[in-house]
Amino acid sequence: MKAKIHVTLKPGILDPQGKAIEQALATLGYTSASNVRMGKYLELDLNETAKEKAEAQVKAMCEKLLANTIIEEYRYELV
Amino acid sequence: MNIGVVVFPGSNCDHDCVHVLSDVLGQKAIEVWHKETSLSGLDAVILPGGFSYGDYLRTGAIARFSPVMAAIKQFVAEGGMVLGICNGFQILLEAGLLPGAMLRNTSLHFICKDVYLRVENAATPFTGRCEPWQVLKFPIAHADGNYYTDEVTLSQMKANAQIVFRYCTPEGKIIPEANPNGSLDNIAGIRNAAGNVLGMMPHPERCAEDVLGNDDGRLIFLSMLDALKKAVLQPKTVGV
Repeated sequence: MKAKIHVTLKPGILDPQGKAIEQALATLGYTSASNVRMGKYLELDLNETAKEKAEAQVKAMCEKLLANTIIEEYRYELV
Repeated sequence: MNIGVVVFPGSNCDHDCVHVLSDVLGQKAIEVWHKETSLSGLDAVILPGGFSYGDYLRTGAIARFSPVMAAIKQFVAEGGMVLGICNGFQILLEAGLLPGAMLRNTSLHFICKDVYLRVENAATPFTGRCEPWQVLKFPIAHADGNYYTDEVTLSQMKANAQIVFRYCTPEGKIIPEANPNGSLDNIAGIRNAAGNVLGMMPHPERCAEDVLGNDDGRLIFLSMLDALKKAVLQPKTVGV
C-alpha cells in the first residue's frame, strides 16, 4: 500500500514562500493567481494490507514527525 | 562547573560553545554525542547552533528524536538548566520543551548580522547578570527564526514572563523595523514556564570575548554559572 501525504501550513499562518511564488507568477502575467500556499508532498510504501491499520500508522507518522501541528496540517490518501 | 554541549550530526557551533566555556570562562565543557543516553555528572546542557540532520523536513524535526533528547527531557524534568541556541532553540521547540514553532524568515533570506535585543526578563538563571530592559548586541545567523505561537499560548507566556529577549533598535525600542525575521511580537528568546530552559535565536557564543569586538554574550554564560553556583535550581521535579 502506498501513502500519499500532503503537509501544508495552516490557513492564516504566513507563508513567505507562497507569497514570493505568487509575486513571481504575477510578474509572468498570471495575475489571476492568488492565495498561493506552498507545502510538502511525501510518498511512502507501507508493508500493510489492512486499510484501517495503514491509516492509523500514517496518521501517527504525521502527528509525530511529518507535520508540526502547531503550524501545519496534513492530509493523506492510501492507494 | 561541568557543562555538556550536545553534538548532533550537522551541529556547527558546538566548538564555539566549548571554546567560550573552557578557554574564556575556565569551566569544564564536555561534548555530548547525540547517541548518548545519560547526562549524569553534568550541571547544565547547551544545545548549540548548526544544521542538525541538514534541516531536513523542518529545522530540529529529526534531531528531537536523537537518543540524547530522552535524557534531556529527564534532565529538564529534574530541574536541570538547558540552553538552546539557534538550531538548539529549534530542536527544543520541536521536542515540545518550549512552546511554539519556527517559520521561514519573512524575507526568505538566511540572515547573518548583528541585531539588538532587549532583556525582557532579567530574573532568569540565564539573564541574572543583565539589567532589566538592557539592550544587548548579538549576531543572528538563521533562515528559520520567525517565531510563531497561537494567541492563547502567547498570552500565557506573557503572563508567566516567559519572553526573555525581543528584537529592538539600538535604543531599545520594540518596533517592526527592528524585527529581522518576522518573529511574532519581536520574540528572540523564550523560557519554559518552570524557568530552567531557555531558547534563543541569537548567538551568545559568537560575541563572548573582547578580541571579537563584542563580549555581550558572556552575560548569558556568566548568569548561568552564577545560577549554578547559587544552586538557584534545586534538583526537583517540575512541569515543563
